Amino acid sequence: MYVLIVGCGRVGSNVARSMLADGHTVSCLDQDPESHARLEVGLDTSWEEAGGHFTVGTALETQALEEAGIAQADAFVAATNGDNTNIVISQIAQRRYKVDTVIARILDPLRAEWYREQGLRTICPTRVAIEMLEDKLRDAAATGGGE
Amino acid sequence: MYVIVAGAGKVGVNLTRELLGQGHEVTLIENRRQRYLGVEQLLEHNVLYGDASELWVLERAGIERADMVIAVTGDDEDNILICQVAKEKYGIDRIIARVNNPSNRAHFDLLGIKPVVSATELILRLLEHEVPHHNLVHLLDLEEEEIEIIEIRLGPKSPVVGKTVGELNTPDNTLVIAIIRDGRGVVPNASTAFEAGDDILAVLDPDREEELKSIFTA
Repeated sequence: MYVLIVGCGRVGSNVARSMLADGHTVSCLDQDPESHARLEVGLDTSWEEAGGHFTVGTALETQALEEAGIAQADAFVAATNGDNTNIVISQIAQRRYKVDTVIARILDPLRAEWYREQGLRTICPTRVAIEMLEDKLRDAAATGGGE
Repeated sequence: MYVIVAGAGKVGVNLTRELLGQGHEVTLIENRRQRYLGVEQLLEHNVLYGDASELWVLERAGIERADMVIAVTGDDEDNILICQVAKEKYGIDRIIARVNNPSNRAHFDLLGIKPVVSATELILRLLEHEVPHHNLVHLLDLEEEEIEIIEIRLGPKSPVVGKTVGELNTPDNTLVIAIIRDGRGVVPNASTAFEAGDDILAVLDPDREEELKSIFTA
């Protein structure tokens, strides 16, 4: 499968390496050329030698998306540090380029929930953190962590 | 009318002031603390501190009862999102979005965000009117209504030079409405003759543009 990951931060770069290790074709797009270094953390070779692709450009530029291979992508991950950017580019991937699987990382739980209801596949790490914290606190309360 | 304006840059602030002056109720939303504090001095309780792309902020601004939402932040993604949410989640029919980077305009169109305003495009269009690179300039495009007004510059080789308006065989749904000659506009009649250097204004169905253009230009 051809996976295009936009936003090569901690999340994007880790997902990119895992997908490459699983044998998929992986292309990353980020506006910061320095983010390329993150892809090589823990690799013995360069990202390109390992078979990965990397493009520098902003997510909203269709030219950059096309250069990164959006036309042949089977899966698209929007993991930039901007919720609104992720929401907008995911919809572009879905509606304009008809990518089969589109997943958007959205930190704000309210926006994540509403866009999920509209048919976007969303991942909300904040929601996961909230639930985990609540569970830990409830566990502590149940095992007698004070009145 | 109750209007929510997102983004207190120069456009947002001036727009808010004008709308308030016209007697409308306005809430201006700004998420940069310093900017908010500065603008609050001027517009007082009409300014709300917060990120207009957060749903709870829009709700606090009273989006449920808003008649119109105008997104004029400096960020195109934010303007798209604010308008999309206003329209699709809160059912606001009237929205206006600012396009900062003209190359993002296609994204606004794709997601159904209209009308949009782009200062860059407007200036380019004015520039085109003043200093035409092409001999055809769009003066007005009403896309929904499928009507437009264009200006065509007649070169010395134009096949209509020397002919009169009455002799012209213009297609259906097109009409020559004015001729600008030596800086003055005249409404032509059937006996008005075309001269090289004239600027022709025509109103037409956009589908007829190529056809009309081919009549006036060689």
